Parts: sequence; structure tokens; C-alpha cells
Amino acid sequence: MKTVEEIKAAIEAAVPGAGVEIVSNPGASGQHSLRLTPSYAVAVAKFLRDDAELALDFLSNVTGVDWPDKEIAEKVKVTQTVDGVEQTVEETRKRVEPGRLEVVYHLFSVAKKHGPVILRMRTVNRTDQVELPSLTRIWRSAEFQEREVFDLYGVLFTGHPDLRRLLMWDEFTDHPMRRDYVEPDDFEYEPTAHDAVAARAAAHQAGHRDEAQEGKVAGQ
Amino acid sequence: MTVPAHAPEKLKNWNRPRIIEPGGDGDLLEVAMGPHHPSTHGVFRMDVALDGERVIRLKPVFGYLHRNHEKIAEGVSYLASMPYTDRLDYICSLTNNWAYALAVEKLVGQEVPERAEYLRVILGELTRIQNHASSIGFLIQEMGASGTPLMYAFREREKILDLFEGLTGSRMMCNYMRFGGCRVDASAAWLDAARKIVAGLPGFVDEMDRLLSSNEILMARTQGIGILPPDLAVNAGVTGPMLRASGINYDIRKVDGYGIYNRFNFRVPLGDHWDVYDRFMIRMLEMRESIKIVEQALKDIPAGPVMDPKAKIRGFRPKPGEAYGRIEAPKGELGFYLISDGGPNPYRYRVRPPSLINLTVLEDMCLGSDIADVVLIFGSVDIVLGEVDR
Repeated sequence: MKTVEEIKAAIEAAVPGAGVEIVSNPGASGQHSLRLTPSYAVAVAKFLRDDAELALDFLSNVTGVDWPDKEIAEKVKVTQTVDGVEQTVEETRKRVEPGRLEVVYHLFSVAKKHGPVILRMRTVNRTDQVELPSLTRIWRSAEFQEREVFDLYGVLFTGHPDLRRLLMWDEFTDHPMRRDYVEPDDFEYEPTAHDAVAARAAAHQAGHRDEAQEGKVAGQ
Repeated sequence: MTVPAHAPEKLKNWNRPRIIEPGGDGDLLEVAMGPHHPSTHGVFRMDVALDGERVIRLKPVFGYLHRNHEKIAEGVSYLASMPYTDRLDYICSLTNNWAYALAVEKLVGQEVPERAEYLRVILGELTRIQNHASSIGFLIQEMGASGTPLMYAFREREKILDLFEGLTGSRMMCNYMRFGGCRVDASAAWLDAARKIVAGLPGFVDEMDRLLSSNEILMARTQGIGILPPDLAVNAGVTGPMLRASGINYDIRKVDGYGIYNRFNFRVPLGDHWDVYDRFMIRMLEMRESIKIVEQALKDIPAGPVMDPKAKIRGFRPKPGEAYGRIEAPKGELGFYLISDGGPNPYRYRVRPPSLINLTVLEDMCLGSDIADVVLIFGSVDIVLGEVDR
């Protein structure tokens, strides 16, 4: 199989301006991935599927990953004038790297029996610009999996034929797989009139106890 | 490959469900099949639109058993997810363990000792046999043959589950594999018991074959329904016996050769009519091939440790990175995708569920057929809801 560098070159030759970036994997598995520019993703996907040599006809896995806002502390050298003397002072500044949602696609080839080729796409941020192009038109197996990513992460797939929630119910508004998701505290809310029932039970118990005591007295 | 006469022709939007115009002047009847329909193996719903008895539209509805397995796994250590993988596809807990162990071993570059690999193959193939036997039993049960074939299958499954209990301590929730080997070693007595039970399995498959394969009712009900063309099957990510019943030679045991599968001699059965009967038959033939693999593994199993002594167990923190590991589970390609950020818990833990993805084509297979056949087509997919909804 071609290496990621060769696949990147092939994509850039076939789809001019696609802007593919290699994301190297420092782990032991050695599965490096390719990051696509969302606006070119459908054209690139079509090329990868139909190219005779790559023939990546089988999209196995679609995954969402949440990368929340990250606070990065950096030490910066600043020149300050203290009491009329210029000094170089080290100052810690905090910078917030904006969070993103990422979608990962694992491709294999049934015809050539090779793989995986891993594609990634990122949204602009995690709040209002969360659109990514859907690859369901190219690989049908993305249909339910993209619905799941939309459901659990909130990525909006443009061009998806039927983008509804898959696992959570339709009225649900949040996205539970996000890192900052907080479970609602009324999760186990029980609509029974608990207090009223408990009060009745207590009253019943009290009456019962009285009766028992009366019986005890009468017995003596 | 010969194209069956009744195969649908390739249309322009070939990887989308066809649109069927209802005939006649009546209204469509919308039926919610499930979530408590007995044929749905649990809590699964199909919203079906019917024109008379013909299916015009079918939308699967998921999530009744959703418990966010992936989120739970992100909150606990790597090893703590191992018992929970048993609960995904609760018929085949050992292959779930194997897939997860394989993904983590890829993530950290862990080797597995020889004897553990053999034990994994033996247990994995026994799992495949009992899964296929019970899925055939359920399929026949849904056809109306109440009980008998299912009980034949369950009688044999019970023997295999006894073996699992003897080795792992539990019949179904085995929790047996570890990163770098297996939890306990198999004794000589266990291996003898396994040999004895495996020696009886070909007779069982012959018996099922005699009982079912050329049964007239079964052939009349299952042949020619639920056609799944191979190009759609590949495009829709269908894997496992369903893909091979559509005539595609793709078995991850052969393609990836994970573990030690390239040492064994076995064949990959393929279907050429792409229908429900082929899926039934492929499972039947795969049981025979699995028996062959188990026999070879039981003959060759070497002595030695079952756990890599260098495997890190305490303070297990993989270096940052990611890995996707997959195996040929009885229902299809079961994959685990893990991202590590260097911490003790996985940053991202994803299960690639074969049951869910095989259902992508349920609508395509059912369109235009009778409502009574939907039950059979659905049964031939062979799903477990614990894995579909996770």
C-alpha cells in the first residue's frame, strides 16, 4: 500500500488546491492520518474511492472527537521600565486555544485488501460554526455513523440525506459525548406524588401503633 | 460471479434506497414494528409504511438500550472497560474482549505470548460456532418453527458455554483477555474437555444440515428475498457473513491475519444468490470451518506463559497516540478506536459496532417485499441490541 506521503501527493495531483495535511501519530501503532480541508472533502473522497490504485471502497468507521478550549500558559520576556531602569522580566501569559470538533474516517479497500487510510476533518469552533460536509453520498456506511456523531457531538453534516438524532430522543437538546457535558440533575425525576404518599403511610403507621398500644393496655 | 436473475438493476442513485410508488388508491398503513415485537431480539423499532402487505418505506429507530458505553469508558482506566465490553454483544463476549485487547496492544506495541494467541483463537472460534448456531436457531424460530431447531442449537451452545465457564468463570460475561495475554491458563483437563466437545460438533452441524438445509418450507420462505447486491454491500460497510453471502471475499482473519490466523488452514465460504438463504448457508459453512480451526489449534497449542511477563499492568498509561484495531467478530468487523493523551484513561474510546452498520441496508433489502418477510430479512442480519445501541 502507498504511504501517507504518497497518498497526499496523489490527492494533490488529482484535486488541485485540496490542501491535505499529514497528522503524524507518535504512538506505537504507526497509523498516520490525513487532514482534509472541509470544502474539498467530497471531491477528495470521490477520488479516493474511484482511483484504480487506491480503491478505498469501504468506509469502516466514522468517529467524532471533541477537543475543548485549551488554556496554554506561555512564558514571555517583556521589557519593563521599573523605577526608570529598563529590565527584562519574564511574565506568564495565558492564551486560549479555541476548541474544535473533529471527525475521523477509517477507510479500507475490499478490492485491494489494504488499509487503513485515516481521514480527519475539523470544524472551525465548537459553538456556532460546526458544519462539515457529509460523505454519505460517497460511502453509504457513513449514514448512521454521521447521524451518531451529530447526535453525540453536535457536528452538522451538510448534504446528509437524513440528519436526525440516532441514539438520544428527538427532543433532547444537548450532545452527551462532549467533554464538558454535564448530566442534568433531574435525571431520575420521579413524577409520583412522593411526599403525599409518604405522609399517608406515616399517618397509617401512627394509627397502627396507637391501636397496638391500646390492645397491649387492654390485654393487661 | 453470476448475477442472479432477480437482482435489482443498478440505478442512478444506486447507494440510496429505491423509491417505490404505492399502487391502488388506498391509504398507506404506517406500522411501528417494535420496540416490543418478539422478532426484534430486544428493543428495536422499525417504522414501516405499508401498501397492502408490501413495504414502501422502512426506517429503523435506535436508542432504546443506549447507555453511552463510550462516555463511561472515557471516565475509567483502560482495563476497567474490559468487563464492560462483554456487555456489548453479550452472545460473543470473548471476541469483544479480543478486539479491545488487540486495539490496546496496538496502541502500546504489546506482544502476546504464543499460548495466549492459541487460546484466543480457540475461544474466538468456539464463540463463532455458538453465535452462528443460535442465530440460525433464532432465524428458524422467526419463520414459525417454534422451538425445535433453536433448542438443538442451544443444546450445543450450552456445552460451549460450559467450557467458557470452566476456563473463565462465567458463561457469558467472560472478561478473559488482558493486554498482553489472557487472564488464566487453561489446564490439561480443560483442553481435554474442549477436544471432546469439539469432536462432537461436526455431528451437530450435520444434524442441523439434515434438518434444515434442504427443508422445503425454509427454502420457499428464504430464497430470493432480501437481496443485497455486492457493490451496495461494500459501499454500505456491511461486513461479516452478510458481506460474504453477497459474494465478496473479505474475511479479516485472512486479510489482516491478526493473531496467528495465517497458520491455520481454512476456507472462506461465499454466497452467489445474495439472499436470506445464502446468509443462513454461509453461517452453516462457517461453523464447519471454525471447527476445523479449533481442531488445528487444539492439536498445536504449545506450553508456555499466557501473559507477557513484561506487560505493564499497574500504572498503565499509554504514550500519546491513537490506534484502530479490528477483528472478524461473528457478526462482522468489530473495531475499537482509541486515542491516548498519556493519561490513565482513554481520551477517546470508540466501538465500531458491526450490528449497527449492517442495519444500514435493512431498508434497501426490505423495500418491495411482504411484511412477513421483513421479519426474516431482519433475522438474517443477526444483530444484538447491546451492540447496536451501546
